[in-house]
Amino acid sequence: MPVINYIYIAIALFSIGVVGVLTRRNAIIIFMCIELMLNAVNLMLVAFSKMHQNAAILAGDLAGNAGSDGQLFVFFIMVVAAAEVSVGLAIIVMMYRNIHSVDINFLNRLKH
Amino acid sequence: MNALIISAVLGVIMMFGSTLLKQKNSIRALATGGMLLLLLANLLEMGGIRFFQVELKGMLFFDQFALVFHSLLLLAVLLYIILAAPDMEKVGVNYADYFALLFFILCGVAMVLAFKSLLILFLGIEIISIPLYILTGSDKKNLKGNEAALKYFLLGSFSTGLMLMGIALVYGARGTFSTLANPAITPMNLNLLIAGMAFLLFSMAFKVSAAPFHFWTPDVYDGAPTVFTSFMATIVKAAVFVAFVRLFDELFGDFDGKWRLWVAVLTAVTLFIGNITAVFQQSVKRMLAYSSIAQAGFMLFALYAMNGDGKEGLLLYAAAYCFATIGIFAVLARMKDYTFDGFNGMGKTRPFIAAALAVFLFSLAGIPLTAGFLAKFYMLKAALAVPGSAWLVLFAVLMAAVSVYYYFRVLQAMYFREPGETSHPEFPAYFKWVLGAMAALVIVLGVLPELLLGRLYF
Repeated sequence: MPVINYIYIAIALFSIGVVGVLTRRNAIIIFMCIELMLNAVNLMLVAFSKMHQNAAILAGDLAGNAGSDGQLFVFFIMVVAAAEVSVGLAIIVMMYRNIHSVDINFLNRLKH
Repeated sequence: MNALIISAVLGVIMMFGSTLLKQKNSIRALATGGMLLLLLANLLEMGGIRFFQVELKGMLFFDQFALVFHSLLLLAVLLYIILAAPDMEKVGVNYADYFALLFFILCGVAMVLAFKSLLILFLGIEIISIPLYILTGSDKKNLKGNEAALKYFLLGSFSTGLMLMGIALVYGARGTFSTLANPAITPMNLNLLIAGMAFLLFSMAFKVSAAPFHFWTPDVYDGAPTVFTSFMATIVKAAVFVAFVRLFDELFGDFDGKWRLWVAVLTAVTLFIGNITAVFQQSVKRMLAYSSIAQAGFMLFALYAMNGDGKEGLLLYAAAYCFATIGIFAVLARMKDYTFDGFNGMGKTRPFIAAALAVFLFSLAGIPLTAGFLAKFYMLKAALAVPGSAWLVLFAVLMAAVSVYYYFRVLQAMYFREPGETSHPEFPAYFKWVLGAMAALVIVLGVLPELLLGRLYF
């Protein structure tokens, strides 16, 4: 399967994530959509990494470590996403304790 | 590299400090001492003394610009901790942990100032952002604080997602994360690169709160505890701005003109929205939030011009803006009444504090003899070097004139109104001295900017 298909899938997932963030009203679902965006980026990075590796092999570089930094980046994204989950869920729980809801329509106290 | 490692270690030490030290005074002393050490270590690195020999594989490079900028920001943080540390007690019970988070943020600041790889940029921005989400929500019982934290968290991680998409697309086009490499771009990959650039531009504009991506800023700055708003609006913003300018300089510097128009539009919209909305605010804290958007508009000129003058201007602007804003927020954090009326008659009851505030406000408004004036001057001079930008410069001058109105409302309240019923707080002697020193610094930089800018070149 050509690499471009993976890129299309990644773009589709990313768009679903963006649309979800913009339209949903539940903080946890918005949060899930953000995670979806990050994972779409992961897929894309791996696809690009493979693409650059193939290009390097075609160009005669048989050592085969071209493009490996893209896959390395994915691990960093996963770590950061996990850190973000822990902080984010803590904030949502703190919110829930105070107003017993995770609906972001309640987030309008700051508007005057 | 000195400051990066030491700030990470200090963060860990402060975390242990919360269990080992019971006295708030000793925690504060530890943090201040640590900050002093950090500043010293960074100054030593500027002099060529490196404590750590780390093989960085070309991912980070601490050049003179990064080091000077970092020293400036560390000095600002030192002054911030001296002025605002007692106010952090009021926020919550985890006193030492707040300092730990501040040190971790400084670790991220060191990374974004010196990145040479998009990986480090991403990690640095996240190391800055994640502790900031916590600090914003640190006042757990305060509904406004909760709301600000949730909003900041959701929008911040959304913009991180956009930034990652930008990085992925740029990687697809270039085949490397390093900003130093200069690979050949095929016409097909050019589209990927332009799309990546758009994502990066939008997400960085989000992070520095440039309009039209600014809408989270007033709410978050208003809802967060005032001491942490001060940190967010100054040090973090200046650091992310350097990252913004560096990123576009190194990655997209050679395809000129394509993105410059976008930046010009961002700048104009940011200046307009920031300044005009600030005029209508009733709370000084919220006014300062909009003023920070307006000042971001001026700092965007460094990105627009992308030349030596722009970088010098950014350094001076960061100094002028950080010192003035930290000073005003430090006074504001101790006030009982955050409206303009809260400052009524302060010129009579607290003449020294009022005079220092006046210097800061003059600097923010860009009145001559203060650092703010020269900073604005350098920015506009840098922009004028770009052909066809006279309209933008004229617009900026007009908007600076508008900004005088809302800054001077505070002055008017302090000097031309009678004191109201709410009494002004007492300020301890050391607070006055530090505030006075900061005001003096703002004036000295306004008269002799070479003191700071000269550091860039040797």
